[in-house]
Amino acid sequence: MRLDHKDRQLIDRFQHNLPVCERPFLAMAEEVGLAEEEVIGRLEALQAREVISRVGPVFEHRRAGASLLAAVAAPEEQIDLIAACINHAPGVNHNYAREHAYNLWFVMTAPDEETLDERLDELEHQLRLPILRLPMVEGYHIDLGFDIDWESLP
Amino acid sequence: MNRNLQPSAPAIQACLRCIAPGPEPVSAWGLLRLRQQLENGLPLTPRPFQTLAERSGLTEEQVVHAVRQWQQEGLIKRMGLVVRHRTLGYTANAMVVWDVPDQRVSQLGAKLAEARCVTLCYQRPRRLPDWPYNLFCMIHGTSRGTVQDQLQQLIDTHGLADVPHAVLFSHKAYLQRGGRYASRS
Repeated sequence: MRLDHKDRQLIDRFQHNLPVCERPFLAMAEEVGLAEEEVIGRLEALQAREVISRVGPVFEHRRAGASLLAAVAAPEEQIDLIAACINHAPGVNHNYAREHAYNLWFVMTAPDEETLDERLDELEHQLRLPILRLPMVEGYHIDLGFDIDWESLP
Repeated sequence: MNRNLQPSAPAIQACLRCIAPGPEPVSAWGLLRLRQQLENGLPLTPRPFQTLAERSGLTEEQVVHAVRQWQQEGLIKRMGLVVRHRTLGYTANAMVVWDVPDQRVSQLGAKLAEARCVTLCYQRPRRLPDWPYNLFCMIHGTSRGTVQDQLQQLIDTHGLADVPHAVLFSHKAYLQRGGRYASRS
């Protein structure tokens, strides 16, 4: 998807350090040389085109609550059905098919560890498949957003 | 009783822990509602924190204060545009998993995390005998070929030719959204 210079500038500049003040979009506007309503309009358009999913905070999941990466080895012919089941489980926020014997990978979150375990036990029971549970031990990546190489894009 | 309306005790404590006592009392319920609202992102209104304040029964000042505290405290690790890289053309994505000797994993993880192509890098436990890998990194690229080239570069740069690893390309995203930690369902 082609984006114009101002959209790129907004994305490059504000994947982190979005101003936290009464008029954040005005502060952004001043920095990139647009009017406040233009920034808001562009953000709405980027959201509508699904270039961005939202504008706001990304929570540190180890402090925000409990979460873990989980996987199941679904029989290939049932993979869509099992994926739909996983999507419906409370707290699931990512779910990808991957090329491996463990072919469905998802992230499950909960307000606390106990609820997380209950949710996984319940899902395991529903799916009748063992769930590989992989909590984070240590994170190495400092999340500053995704460094986009605009020239390499199709 | 509607279980969905009951915040768990740890969730309330987690909210309150982050807020230094100010001149005005801040309601725990309000903070929890604010957390839930924030998980959907900022409303795109000229005064988004005022809008959030109205929705959570707090004042704009309390909301701004709470968000800044959560940032300082590290509960919020990043504040900004959350990009959907797939829409932009980053359609290839591989989770590369490594079986690294325990004494080397932290050092290697920190190094891999610095690479531009690596968007996430975590240590996770092995689950033997099914799962021998303890270091996970995510590589995004515009094609399968670019991801493979980038992986080869990582292997060459960090001398990883002998480290057992697996490359799990994703071929379908069934669900992709931000975490909802504060919500009961």
